[in-house]
Amino acid sequence: MHRDLLKFMLFAAMILAAPLAFQGGYLMNVLVFVGINTMLAIGLNLLLGYCGQISLGHAGFFGLGAYLSGVLSTTYGWNPWQAMPLAAVVVGSLAFLIGFPILKLKGHYLAMATLGMGIIMYIVFNETIDLTGGPSGLSGIPNLSIGSLDFDSDVSSYYLIWSFTLATILLTLNLANSRVGRALRAVHDSEVAARVMGVNARLLKVQIFALSAVISSLAGSLYAHTMTFISPASFGFNFSIELLTMVVIGGLGSIYGSFLGAALLTLLPEFLRAAQDYDIIIYGGLLMLMVMFMPGGLVRGVPDLFRRLLKKGGDRHA
Amino acid sequence: MQFDQLLQYTLSGLSTGAIYALIGIGFSIIYNATGIINFAQGEFVMLGGMLTLFFLETLKLPLWAAIPCAVAASTAAGMLFERLAIRPLRRPTPINLVIITIGGSILIRGLAMLLWGKDTHSIPSFSGDDPIAVGGATILPQHLWIMGITLLIVAANKFYFYHTISGKAMRACSYNRRAAGLVGIDVRRMVLFSFIISSAMGSVAGIIVAPLTMTAYDVGVMLGLKGFCAAIIGGMSSGGATVVGGLLLGVLESLGAGLISSGYKDAIAFIVLLLILFVRPQGLFGKAQSERV
Repeated sequence: MHRDLLKFMLFAAMILAAPLAFQGGYLMNVLVFVGINTMLAIGLNLLLGYCGQISLGHAGFFGLGAYLSGVLSTTYGWNPWQAMPLAAVVVGSLAFLIGFPILKLKGHYLAMATLGMGIIMYIVFNETIDLTGGPSGLSGIPNLSIGSLDFDSDVSSYYLIWSFTLATILLTLNLANSRVGRALRAVHDSEVAARVMGVNARLLKVQIFALSAVISSLAGSLYAHTMTFISPASFGFNFSIELLTMVVIGGLGSIYGSFLGAALLTLLPEFLRAAQDYDIIIYGGLLMLMVMFMPGGLVRGVPDLFRRLLKKGGDRHA
Repeated sequence: MQFDQLLQYTLSGLSTGAIYALIGIGFSIIYNATGIINFAQGEFVMLGGMLTLFFLETLKLPLWAAIPCAVAASTAAGMLFERLAIRPLRRPTPINLVIITIGGSILIRGLAMLLWGKDTHSIPSFSGDDPIAVGGATILPQHLWIMGITLLIVAANKFYFYHTISGKAMRACSYNRRAAGLVGIDVRRMVLFSFIISSAMGSVAGIIVAPLTMTAYDVGVMLGLKGFCAAIIGGMSSGGATVVGGLLLGVLESLGAGLISSGYKDAIAFIVLLLILFVRPQGLFGKAQSERV
């Protein structure tokens, strides 16, 4: 436990010091997105990595959080600090209700059902034009602020987003090491065995589904108030897939892995921008290669690679 | 609400439904032989349409020659996909398989975009565009082509799976892969076969629908997902049930778009999907299976 706390402190210190190294600018903006995506990836990892339940519809919860927060604070003039928790409660309750029928399904059927759920939400964002502005989006969403401090610059939003992300990391690390975390892993390994040991697997799955939806909703609200503009295109099927990719490439069931995956997949397109139209090919190809050669994700794959390289090097010297 | 209008929606729904059915059967064939949900299935549908266009316009082949060439080329792409992406996997967990087929679909879509650009294209109808009156409604000759070809493929499929050795071997794999291997069936070859058949079927679906709906590098995603819905409604069968599922989906969608709102057209398929999954996850016609741990 002490080591975990130390690791977290080190990580947090690194994150908090990063702006000093980059001195603001464009990269700061990208790092804000790394923060939001880390939150989302951790939310999904909780469900997929710990509980073993796939979701291909998490972009829907992300979008719902963003839209609820955005519409309440823009059209209805709410304070963003009030809109955000309300959005989270609504999304969480919705996920809780959908969770019961949907999490009865397993494997590919669950993948397909959550995918359908995400696409339905995406279509609703597009079609309820009076409320959301439809495909052309919703603009003029207010920034979050505390007193006279307005979170509108790159550096201030960086600290805002990352304080939420770090809090999410701390929360999930704690959860993973608690009784609930052990119950989750038991459900992951064998649901029947977990039930026999007295774990209410069904309720637990639904609760984690709701929790991960709440995290996604918060990330969505933060996204809306940071960007001040949202449109349905950010919350479609492709983004659900991107989230899934972050979790798997980072490493299932590893919180810091989710950060690595989110960072890689957020930074990569920025670097690939030089490759222009080729970026989608490189992205798809990389995805396939990663799964082929690092099926355990970056957290397990990279140390593995080093070990193998060292071993080879050692053999040569011997 | 007039009867003629209802008939019109139903007829056009049936032809879109036939396309969903073909794509859905492709999904089921791979799923039954390998347990893989091939998220790249939609891309072979796209490849069918785009390659036909390529053979028609770039290589100046006549339509009757361009179509078989396009089917052959998409099938080759399907084979390549299986050999390069699926077979080398060392520890294929279901989630890794989902990701790798998604990666493959992004890659194929990207290549298509690079080769043929982002524009939508149309390919000519197979036999003119003169509408045919059916009762108070009209259909296009292309609709008849779609129905006819779908029927033919479904019948050929049935024949293959029940009356040829390799079809029977494939069915054996879907019941129990290890047992199939024990009696001397080359399971890996059957997996390759399943990819060949389903990419060929997907590309045919893409070709016959292209004259009606236009084609572009990104049409595969939605078509693929709808085909998937059809397969789920049909309980992942590779025959009649999935055809009924596809037709049902097509008609509901067309009626919904006509009577309720065209904006929510795509939502209808997924609402039907969710309802089916919640109420009858074994498919509309399937018997409930007892689950083993």
